[in-house]
Amino acid sequence: MAIVGFLIRRILTGIVVVWLVSTGAFFLFFARPVATVARELAGRAATPQVIAEVIRNLGLNQPIMVQYWHFLDGLLHGNLGYSYFTQESVDTMIKQDAPPTISVVIGGMVLWLVVGISVGIISATRARSLFDRVSNVLVLIGLSMPVFVIGELLVLYVFLPLNEHGFKWVGTGYAGITQGFGVWSGHMILPWITLAAVQAAVYTRLTRGQLLDTLGEDYIRTARAKGLSERRVIFRHGVRAALTPVVSQLGVDVGQLLGGVVVVEVVFGLGGLGQTSVQAIDTDNLPVIIGFVIIAAAFVVVANIIVDLVYSILDPRVRIT
Amino acid sequence: MTSISEIEFEARGADAAQDSAARVEGRSQWQLTWRRLRSDKVAIAAIIVVLIMIGLAIAAPAFVAITHHPPDVAYPNQGENEAGLPVGPGTAGFWLGTDGTGRDLFIRILYGARISLFVGVVTTAIGTVAGVSIGLMAGYFGGVIDAVLARFTDAVLAFPYIVLALALAVVLGPSLTVIIGVISFFAWAGIARIVRGQTLSIKEKEYIEAARSLGAGPFRIMFFDILPNLLAPVLVLATLYIPQAVVFESTLSYLGLGIQPPTASWGNILADAQNFYQTSWWYVVFPALALLITTLAFNLLGDGIRDAMDPRTERVLAGRRNRKRRKRVSRPSGDFPDPVRPAQAR
Repeated sequence: MAIVGFLIRRILTGIVVVWLVSTGAFFLFFARPVATVARELAGRAATPQVIAEVIRNLGLNQPIMVQYWHFLDGLLHGNLGYSYFTQESVDTMIKQDAPPTISVVIGGMVLWLVVGISVGIISATRARSLFDRVSNVLVLIGLSMPVFVIGELLVLYVFLPLNEHGFKWVGTGYAGITQGFGVWSGHMILPWITLAAVQAAVYTRLTRGQLLDTLGEDYIRTARAKGLSERRVIFRHGVRAALTPVVSQLGVDVGQLLGGVVVVEVVFGLGGLGQTSVQAIDTDNLPVIIGFVIIAAAFVVVANIIVDLVYSILDPRVRIT
Repeated sequence: MTSISEIEFEARGADAAQDSAARVEGRSQWQLTWRRLRSDKVAIAAIIVVLIMIGLAIAAPAFVAITHHPPDVAYPNQGENEAGLPVGPGTAGFWLGTDGTGRDLFIRILYGARISLFVGVVTTAIGTVAGVSIGLMAGYFGGVIDAVLARFTDAVLAFPYIVLALALAVVLGPSLTVIIGVISFFAWAGIARIVRGQTLSIKEKEYIEAARSLGAGPFRIMFFDILPNLLAPVLVLATLYIPQAVVFESTLSYLGLGIQPPTASWGNILADAQNFYQTSWWYVVFPALALLITTLAFNLLGDGIRDAMDPRTERVLAGRRNRKRRKRVSRPSGDFPDPVRPAQAR
């Protein structure tokens, strides 16, 4: 029963957070004169009358609180509004842009978890070995290298040479999974590697540190004293406890990334949630900006709730409150 | 004057005695840290690299005087070949070649270093001061203040910050001040969370009780009694945030919303370089190396300082450390947290 109360409380605070974030984004937009967006829409040689007309059509001439009320009203009805430029519904745009972002995040996540956790475990169980030292250096490079540099280097020195030599499997831009797994994975492989290079560094470090801590606990000594095999001690007793912080980090990361893997999407031209938000920001497309920010915030909130639930399952010492 | 009065003599004797007593009594934490850091070859190398980078950045105008190539001046004749493309390293007095418009790449990288290091250090300083203050207040006062500040901190940490950073940069117009403001805004939250956690445990200690009973006010206790005991982890976090800020700035500039041309920044140099990868490898490689070397040096230095300050590190590696168990539903935040932050802008 405690879990129901927990969920209700967390969902309510989550809604408050999403509301706060969207309100912040809404008012931030009006820090800039609304005429800029109208001028852009009206074209280069627009007369002041045309601009005023555009402003009126967009409803931007109403008092800001009235506009805010309309916005909240739409939000409660699940309507995020329409793009200023294409008249497309923001709900539809989100549905269109979600697949590239989800593809990058899911594939990248599998890659960075496999690499990060396994390298972290080997490093921790062989602390100070050659493997550990080499992986430490690679981790630091991963933490120091900007995502866009990794992505650029992959495009310049992997994708383009491969393509020049007629090796067409690896592609850029987005190809949906409906075009076949081969095409999809070929287009996604470089974004996955780019994202995973940075993320695996974080996870290797986290796994290694946590496992070293855990292996120093009394119950590990007890398990060894019982005569369990080292493999069993490390995996059943050590890794399980060490992975709880990894899970919470994973929740936060995935929640954030689902809102848009901005840099990766821009570098590879995938056109996901991140790239579209950047374009919307660039063009003052208010409904799109807010819609995408709300979705991003919602992902983060949901991810956090899931993290706390999973945490309590993995670590019996944790009580949900 | 050759004679020393008796009183003065006694005073000096007392000073000397105190000095030697201090030497025997032991070294302060900072002295111990410095001794450990000094024996860490990697950390020393990192310090040297950082100092060289800072030196090069400061000396940028001197290099302009040597090469006679101001950062914003294009040399269409010597700086570009017949096809109008950049010339390679060592050609016509351009040490690292030229960029897409025939400007001296080396000089531009040096000027980019000024921006990167300045932004990195200033935003970290602002973020640290803000984070420490907010964390101390949340942890010390508790109650409603804590609830509000902690939720706010969590919200900032959880926010899709690259999107907000871009939005702020557009709304306020990209400029150095705006970029520093935006990066600082995301710098404080991680520090605040750690400081809050530490404050919660330190404020229950007896000496805080003692300070309170002596009539010390909350701000005196926070900043003079609690803060000194937090400096070690804060210093580590701050050192590790500098490379984050450098990467953040270069990412914003790369996306076109950071430092605006013609002012050079590593991010906008790399953005421009994309169009010349086939013909001019140096245009991509050198700025990327400058960025990587700088961030790597700061990361290594931060790790070194953490190891030097946390005497338990050695024992952790030996696998004998017995750590207190975590009980709350919260993400672990040890005294000396790993730089596992909501990583870099992805």
